[in-house]
Amino acid sequence: MKTAALTQPILIVTALVTLALFALFSGLDPVLLAVSIIIAAQPLLLAALGEMVVEKSGVLNLGVEGMMIIGAICGFAAAVETGSPALGFLAGATGGAALALIFGLLTQYLLSNQVATGLALTLFGLGLAALIGQSYAGIKPPPFPKLDLPGLSDIPVIGPLFFSHDAMVYIALALVIGVWLFLGRSRPGLILRAVGENHDAAHSLGYNVILIRLAAIAFGGALAGLGGAYLSLVRVPQWNEGMTAGAGWIALAIVVFGAWRPWRVMLGAYLFGGVTILQLNLQAANLTPLWLLAFGFFLFAIWRTLTSRRPLELLGLWLATVLTAAIAAKYPISIQSQYLSMTPYLVTIIVLVVMSADRLAANLNAPASLGRVFHKTG
Amino acid sequence: MTALLSIRELTKSYPGVLANDAVSFGLAPGEIHALLGENGAGKSTLVKMIYGLVRPDSGRMMLDGEAFTPANPQAARAAGVAMVFQHFSLFEAMSVAENIALGMANAPGRRDLSERIRTISTAYGLPLDPERMVGTLSVGERQRVEIVRCLLQNPRILIMDEPTSVLTPQEVEILFGTLRRLSEEGVAILYISHKLEEIRSLCSAATILRGGRVVDTCTPSQKSARELAEMMIGSALAQPPERPETTGEPMLTLTGLNMATEDHFGISLKDITLTVLAGEVIGIAGVAGNGQDELLLALSGETKSAPGQIMLGETDIGALGPNQRRNLGLLAAPEERLGHAAAPDMSLTENALLSGATRERLAWQGFIKPVTTANFARAIIARFDVRTPGPETAAKALSGGNLQKFLMGREILQRPRVLVVNQPTWGVDAHAAATIRAALVQLAADGAGVIVISQDLDELMEVSNRFAVLNMGALSDPQPVGEVSVEKIGLMMGGVHGEVADAHP
Repeated sequence: MKTAALTQPILIVTALVTLALFALFSGLDPVLLAVSIIIAAQPLLLAALGEMVVEKSGVLNLGVEGMMIIGAICGFAAAVETGSPALGFLAGATGGAALALIFGLLTQYLLSNQVATGLALTLFGLGLAALIGQSYAGIKPPPFPKLDLPGLSDIPVIGPLFFSHDAMVYIALALVIGVWLFLGRSRPGLILRAVGENHDAAHSLGYNVILIRLAAIAFGGALAGLGGAYLSLVRVPQWNEGMTAGAGWIALAIVVFGAWRPWRVMLGAYLFGGVTILQLNLQAANLTPLWLLAFGFFLFAIWRTLTSRRPLELLGLWLATVLTAAIAAKYPISIQSQYLSMTPYLVTIIVLVVMSADRLAANLNAPASLGRVFHKTG
Repeated sequence: MTALLSIRELTKSYPGVLANDAVSFGLAPGEIHALLGENGAGKSTLVKMIYGLVRPDSGRMMLDGEAFTPANPQAARAAGVAMVFQHFSLFEAMSVAENIALGMANAPGRRDLSERIRTISTAYGLPLDPERMVGTLSVGERQRVEIVRCLLQNPRILIMDEPTSVLTPQEVEILFGTLRRLSEEGVAILYISHKLEEIRSLCSAATILRGGRVVDTCTPSQKSARELAEMMIGSALAQPPERPETTGEPMLTLTGLNMATEDHFGISLKDITLTVLAGEVIGIAGVAGNGQDELLLALSGETKSAPGQIMLGETDIGALGPNQRRNLGLLAAPEERLGHAAAPDMSLTENALLSGATRERLAWQGFIKPVTTANFARAIIARFDVRTPGPETAAKALSGGNLQKFLMGREILQRPRVLVVNQPTWGVDAHAAATIRAALVQLAADGAGVIVISQDLDELMEVSNRFAVLNMGALSDPQPVGEVSVEKIGLMMGGVHGEVADAHP
């Protein structure tokens, strides 16, 4: 079973390496590409990490998109008004948490349905953000400085890859480590997981289920808000209505993809960030549908090589890979950019389908009380 | 006698119900005190008040002569009150050590805790591996986790809510050994159970509750189980009718039934062969999680089987679904009342329709016949004495015992040719249980074949003609009930697992 556990990481790494190689051949700089992937991954990472904690406490908050965009506009507005990006991030986190607490109040005290409330929260957040943001369109926010360590940041390749990001990249990494330690090692983390696992049992042991869940919801909202603020202050950086463009939904998918484990959530965020950036760059390069088909065959062939023992099937797959690649090289038919823009969302769907197909692996770590209403009786 | 805990005039009411009405009693150190009463008599509310989960409306509790008003379970635990719940308060996806740490006020570090779990659990004959996931443990082992969690806090009062309803006889003996030892060490034990024989052998005093009031106290060993039951319900018990010899036609034939499970924690059925004759009750015993649920699913038609493995009379029904099987006369009542046997948020009438639609013709051309359906529901309520405001009440609003009576009645009134029931009286009080058992025996006497899957051996001995044990998905040869002893069955139930042998070196 060892190969089975390694299959997914190997596939992901191969996919990324192949795409990077392709980019290199198309005349793109892999280091710049990696840096932009890291930046693209931060909003997803922050939002997904927060949502993971919320879901670990047994609450399904589908309002990530709404909390992100509220974070984006609150952060943007605060940064523009005060001139301080740091205060902007603080405001983004506060805004996200405030919106999340509305969700918490509705679902935990008024016992409303979590799915419906979460969806409503997204709609509410999008509308409210558009309202607040009316006068902020087209303004440039104050720049968020990048880390500049003399010596370290100047090393070629390694310097730009590891030592010259903005502070939020390191804060996000610290948060991943923090959440990992909190959930796995600390007593409050244990209690949080217990609440998500079986809220009735946690209640009968005397834990305050509602309070613990509210705290988790607020934390998740704050992180989603941070992610949104990162979008509007660093990634874009500008305020546009509806600028999260589904990032919150991708963050929800990343939580499932990451099987509620912090490090896998981080991997997922980088994977999805990678897809977003690569598709932008591949729009510029001459990628044809046949290349994509060849790429698909290639990944499939690798997957079967890792899991299957039938030589004939493997031979067929590899032949198909080589053949399509050869044809693709001979007949360059271009692909419309709209199709490439779809890829992050397509990948989201594919990942969710594949993960749900592998039911055991996904279910074993899923919080058992996820999405269930806790009604305090007796 | 100086009371460790004394309770004076404790009253608690919920909207519409007076759960406890001026309840008073005392608990001495080292005493094993039984709380007896039917479902809904107020036992659970009473112990929840002692454990700090519920606050009384009025009345006083004194611990060691001082006022005792626990605001929450943590406070109760700090004062030395520990509790083992009927529905275990365990977290399946967590390890034994994590589960225990969650129940302690200030848990020591991982290594220390594991060490203390090992020491305590071996000292009391309840071996446990701190690193195991609770989801992989048997029911008996899960209860050990609960008990060890209590013991690690050096309790002075231990509350046990129906601890033995899911244990094998051997596991019960181990538990009683532990409890007697604790009692010798001066721990007072408050013991809630429906099993009167156990109370007679274990407890030194009993307080009997009915309708939220203390109606009597006694020394259980000086009363017969029958007297105790009648004190609880305040009237005489229904007796199961005499069982005639069974020489009927084969109703249901299982031939080499094999079924792989899809569930991670499930059990595969292995080569089950069984013939149910008309007019007999077959009892199937076994520790929970040995294939009971899977067997019921295979028989009810929720999972389908290969051809030729399940024959109802002359018909091969392996490929038929539940409704087709119901039509042919094979009915089933699963163990899980809310969510499997009944839809919790739907009314009793609707729940009656769900299973009775085909056989009782409650629907016509896809339209529900409301009057016929409501009459069917009312008939069940009347015939099985279901205490409910009316047939429009939601299923989840009924107490466990009342709902169980309704669900059993729903199947029995459909005049099945074969009825399969899993845990028919689980969590049901003595009076309701006697009614259900009598109805099952009567059903067989009227010519149906009945399979009763249960973990309650006394119940199986009472209702069955023949008797088999399900262990790790395999079924033993059925034997006439008169020829086996409870001890032997217990060994058949637990023996293969090796747990019992481990626990009793």
